[in-house]
Amino acid sequence: MWEMIGGELDHAMQELARWFAHFLPRLLAMLIIALLGWVIAYILKMILRGILRIAKFDRLSDNAGATQLLNKFALPSSSELLSRVVFWVVWLGFILLGVQVLGIVGLQEYISRFFLYLPRLFAALFIVFFGLLAASFFSRAALLAAVNADSPSPRLLATLIRTIIVLFAVTMAFEQLGVAERTILVAFAIAFGALMLGLALAFGMGGRDLAKDFLERRFLKEKQEQKQDELSPL
Amino acid sequence: MDLLVGVPTHNNAKTVGETLQGIRVGLLKYFPRERAVILNVDGGSKDNTREVVAAASINDVQRSSDLFALRTLPCISTVYGDHPATEVALRTMLAAADLLRARACAIVSAESTTITPDWIERLLRPVYRDNFDLVTPVYRRHKFDGLLLRNLIYPMTRALYAKRVREPYAVEFAFSGHLCSHLLEMQVWDHDGGGIGTEMRMTIAAITGGFRLHQTFLGTKPQLDRTSDLVAAMRQTVGTLFWSLEPNFQYWSANRATESIPTCGPEYDLSKEPIRVNRKRLYQLFSSGVAELGPVLQSILSAQTLAEVQSIAKLAEEDFRYPHELWVKTAYEFASSYHKSVINRDHIIQALAPLYRGKVYTFLLENRDASAEEVEANVEDLCLTFERLKPYLLDLWNTRE
Repeated sequence: MWEMIGGELDHAMQELARWFAHFLPRLLAMLIIALLGWVIAYILKMILRGILRIAKFDRLSDNAGATQLLNKFALPSSSELLSRVVFWVVWLGFILLGVQVLGIVGLQEYISRFFLYLPRLFAALFIVFFGLLAASFFSRAALLAAVNADSPSPRLLATLIRTIIVLFAVTMAFEQLGVAERTILVAFAIAFGALMLGLALAFGMGGRDLAKDFLERRFLKEKQEQKQDELSPL
Repeated sequence: MDLLVGVPTHNNAKTVGETLQGIRVGLLKYFPRERAVILNVDGGSKDNTREVVAAASINDVQRSSDLFALRTLPCISTVYGDHPATEVALRTMLAAADLLRARACAIVSAESTTITPDWIERLLRPVYRDNFDLVTPVYRRHKFDGLLLRNLIYPMTRALYAKRVREPYAVEFAFSGHLCSHLLEMQVWDHDGGGIGTEMRMTIAAITGGFRLHQTFLGTKPQLDRTSDLVAAMRQTVGTLFWSLEPNFQYWSANRATESIPTCGPEYDLSKEPIRVNRKRLYQLFSSGVAELGPVLQSILSAQTLAEVQSIAKLAEEDFRYPHELWVKTAYEFASSYHKSVINRDHIIQALAPLYRGKVYTFLLENRDASAEEVEANVEDLCLTFERLKPYLLDLWNTRE
């Protein structure tokens, strides 16, 4: 009886030692891959940070209004944030490669999914950034045009344009990420449609007389008077 | 060929006939023995401009005056495109002048209804007889006309390029064959501003190229439709001036004393008949512009200048003044921001328009009852402020951010 127990224990210990002898080199390989990944990720981060500084990416980010957004959430500058994101994505990629070496069943599928998802993540970030840039450009263009044309509520117009473009960009980014695609699209369509309908109703029905007076004053009488009073700048 | 007179057109059927007759009389009267040609370049007119040009005959001149042609005076008309483009029109005329080896060329606007035959003599003679390379005009103006020129373009060009050219942006001017060849070889045509302000780029190119400049008094300034839009006028002039500072940095950063230009006739002639001006609207556009454009101005102006501009915007209408020094600092900071492209360059030019209205308001208020001499003294004072603060622009230019 005791011999049997001893034999089983001996067998189990031998199995454990065999498994450990089999696992230890893989663990070491994983740690080496992770360490190598950290070094590569760090180098990439430094290179990217340098390139972004030379390219004056932070100024572009200022213009896009992204810096103000980041400051609100106490986040670092855009170039710093982007280089950190790249660092973590690269390092995480290496860690997952290392984990793959361990040969844990079921994990491999998730790892390949992660790598397949990366391009979509970057595409979404790209869309959001350039969406913010376009929103900033067009809202400023509208603001300047409205101020110089002496239109009423230039800031409201600029904010409206910015909001619509940002909404577009965020919707596109979510669609790219595959997050609640239909919900986001429907929500956007409803929000956009409601906004336009609201504006149309407000201007067309609620303020019909006001709109008429305003347009008459704006484009007929006032324009004529202004034209008479204008000085030639050149 | 001795002389070439270019007339760019686009839908000018109403005025081009009169302008062409003025040019013909001028050429027959003052240059009867010279070989001359009139060149009309059209930007795809939809009215019958080209037909009017073709119909205008030298016989009409001979019938209405006692002038007789000793030589043939050809008038050539060509179309350069289906929409107006000053740059292409000027380049076409320069290329024609170069091809014909014309010794002196003049450009006359088709809208110049105030043209007299003397104009042709006054424009072409300094080039043809006295070997000057560029002749720019001096006009008789109302004291409140051309305020963008007198409050920004002339003083800033004078301070930076050290030449007292009264009308750096001229629609009537003359140039030598020598300057013509130089301009064709130069990169004045490769401008990222969409081919506007070419006339001013040519003037600046003549200054920086060391060509001999001359000014000539032409009389009353013709009122052109295209100058009534302030933002468009600013793009053509201020945008071009700011743009020119980059390729010409070596020239304008050098310490030079400003030189006057030989001038035929008075250097200024201001009339002061009463005109209707809506000053209140200018004040309102300035105040609302400063309030609405806060974030845009923040990225263009320094904190101190912005604070000063915002503080004067709060003043009551009767107490409002935009001091010379603050205006000059504003202009220089805008130029520096344009150079550094802190935001889109066209947006920088547009953002200057409300501030310019504040300066115009001050000018109108200060010179309401002023004589021509007093107005001129005011402009001179502004010019000296621009010159005195030139190191401020250099400091701004040389700082990285």
